[in-house]
Amino acid sequence: MPLYLTDEQQMLRDTARDFVAEHAPISHMRSLRDANDATGFSRELWKQFAELGLTGILIPEADNGLGLGHVEAGVVLEEIGRNLSPSPFLTTAVAAVEALKGSPHAVRWFPGILAGETVVAVAIDERGKHDGKIAMKAERAGNGFRLTGAKQFVAHGHVADLLLVAAATDHGTTLFAVPTDAKGLTADPQRLADSSLAARLSFDGVEVDADAVVGEVDQGDGHLARLLSAGRTGASAELLGVGGGAMDMTIAYLKERKQFGQVIGSFQALQHRAAHLYSEMEVARAAVLKAQQLLDAGDERAANAVSVAKAMTGLATSLAVQEGIQMHGGIGMTDEYDIGFYMKRARVLAELFGDTNFHADALAQAAGY
Amino acid sequence: MDIDLETFRAETRAWLEENCPPAMRTPMRSEKDATWGGRNPVFAHPDQKLWMDRMGARGWTVPDWPSEYGGGGLSPAETKILREEMARLKCRNPLNSFGISMLGPALLKYGTEAQKLEHLPRIARGEMRWCQGYSEPNAGSDLAGLQASAEDAGDHYIVNGQKVWTSYADQADWIFCLVRTDKTSKQGGISFVLFDMASEGVSTKPILLISGNSPFCETFFDNVKVPKANRVHDENKGWDVAKYLLGHEREMISGMGLASRGEDPLIESARRGVDPILRAQIALFEVRSKAFSAMSERFIDELKAGRAHPAQPSMMKYYGTELNKARHELLMAAGGSDTLEWESEASNHGAAPRAWLRTKANSIEGGTSEIQLNIIAKRILDLPS
Repeated sequence: MPLYLTDEQQMLRDTARDFVAEHAPISHMRSLRDANDATGFSRELWKQFAELGLTGILIPEADNGLGLGHVEAGVVLEEIGRNLSPSPFLTTAVAAVEALKGSPHAVRWFPGILAGETVVAVAIDERGKHDGKIAMKAERAGNGFRLTGAKQFVAHGHVADLLLVAAATDHGTTLFAVPTDAKGLTADPQRLADSSLAARLSFDGVEVDADAVVGEVDQGDGHLARLLSAGRTGASAELLGVGGGAMDMTIAYLKERKQFGQVIGSFQALQHRAAHLYSEMEVARAAVLKAQQLLDAGDERAANAVSVAKAMTGLATSLAVQEGIQMHGGIGMTDEYDIGFYMKRARVLAELFGDTNFHADALAQAAGY
Repeated sequence: MDIDLETFRAETRAWLEENCPPAMRTPMRSEKDATWGGRNPVFAHPDQKLWMDRMGARGWTVPDWPSEYGGGGLSPAETKILREEMARLKCRNPLNSFGISMLGPALLKYGTEAQKLEHLPRIARGEMRWCQGYSEPNAGSDLAGLQASAEDAGDHYIVNGQKVWTSYADQADWIFCLVRTDKTSKQGGISFVLFDMASEGVSTKPILLISGNSPFCETFFDNVKVPKANRVHDENKGWDVAKYLLGHEREMISGMGLASRGEDPLIESARRGVDPILRAQIALFEVRSKAFSAMSERFIDELKAGRAHPAQPSMMKYYGTELNKARHELLMAAGGSDTLEWESEASNHGAAPRAWLRTKANSIEGGTSEIQLNIIAKRILDLPS
């Protein structure tokens, strides 16, 4: 398969680009922030995503979805990133759908996702850095389990209809689908630097039925791996959008801002940095598409490619937002101007599902050093 | 999956397994292991000749060239399969050649039928070794400032002047050369000519480099007779050919940032044990290297489909050469004092430090990194002058 978008994928990109730019441009995020919106995203917009079929992008056709792949999901996520649109798309339509696909939970939850009514949050991290460690315990209780522990950095965790929770069971890891009205579960939503909301979740002996288990008890690693691969690849695509959006805004500024009687884009010092930034972003774009294609093909090299994509988009986008602020000069530091939002969003996405260092380390371990 | 392509893959795999000598499936230890062919070829190992001849006879040194010009006549998809199968078996490149990577594409686009038939099959079979006469002492980054002149003498030109940084000029059989045919126009006064390095009036002098090697030469032309039939494209239109060819040169050079086929020596040395800070540097380097590998694949796919931006080779050249320099810095750091020996047998005559020093030219030759950044800024990002 050639490493560029097919005509169909480009058409989908154009649709997504137009839709997101029209319905959820940066001003949409800004107004939610200014209103101190407690949900953190627009339910109405989520419905509109559903009406276009986008919430079912990864849901199999047999389950009434579009039955498309990670390349297509990424096309949508890139536009979400470019417009800094607050959306549960990544956690719900990508990470959760991938984890639930083929399980009995799909029957229960996919219709709501397809209708744009259901939001799923992913509760994986327990400390300030993403790692594989799971301290949360799930002990057998009655015909189900009792969950005790805490999770953090759970996007939409306070408003989701369902939580996907990784917990340690007697002989391994188990993934649970936990309804958010479960007793003993409390969510403490906190606004993050990018004005999105993420919850700290506390599980105080939360009891769930045995059928809350996704897949098999103690055998959750496979489901978790699928969730994480999808989430990481999706986050890479969204980061690509954030970096690309920041770069485009910056290049446009270089062409209009005048100093010393000339547009500053004519200065070689800035041209070289802009050209370097372009190069990093292009390389990151290739890495993301490679990961998406390998994931869609079920190729065993996908895991490494996903780490490359997440690490590389972290590097490139970080450069894009830093150069964005610097090249904008003083105005780039103002809240009124949008470029700063890109820096904040990039930082949050960089941490999500493991940052550049985490994934570089994973590559090193996989290579045996 | 396309059944024809699967059949092609199976047959290609079988043929390579049968025909690629085992010695040609080992990593190259130094530049000396490269096969260059030519009228007086030098082979460090007899299997180099066998491998070059077998691939050349099949047209697979240039798989995507038309078969009437000595190529393999393969489609882009088949070419990709051949490349993948060669990588799988860790086959060495059967032939290193500026004829293949630079002149060939230019001749295919701008050459006359007679020129194509004369030169392309010989390039494909490794019978002629070419060098490139572009840079001059006062025309490096400002290439179009070149002065070597070609004076009209009826059915031929009389060429006078000097070139510099002519890679392997002392070992090349023919040269493709930019000469000035009109002094009144800078870029519009250049012609592209081909001539035999054995012609009377051609002399070369190697330039010793910091690596202790001398792949580059100064080349002098003293009243060299060049038939006009050897001019490619119209008189004074050589800059078009030169630009087209430079794109291919940059493509070729950009591959350097990638790990050699087979095991990555950087990862091997990391496995043997390095300090945690160097380990982290290597891991972060590998992120870029692997991402660039995807970029190379994307670039080739886009080129074949006619979707690549015409200035994209500048990005590839810039990124690939900067990566390659970084790789060799890390290799030196990982190898420690073992990589400092300059002449010992154990160090393969200083292969590592010489290669490290050689890479420092990567971001200079073929257009400096700064020139590539200028091109990206102006032609891709559309930034003003």
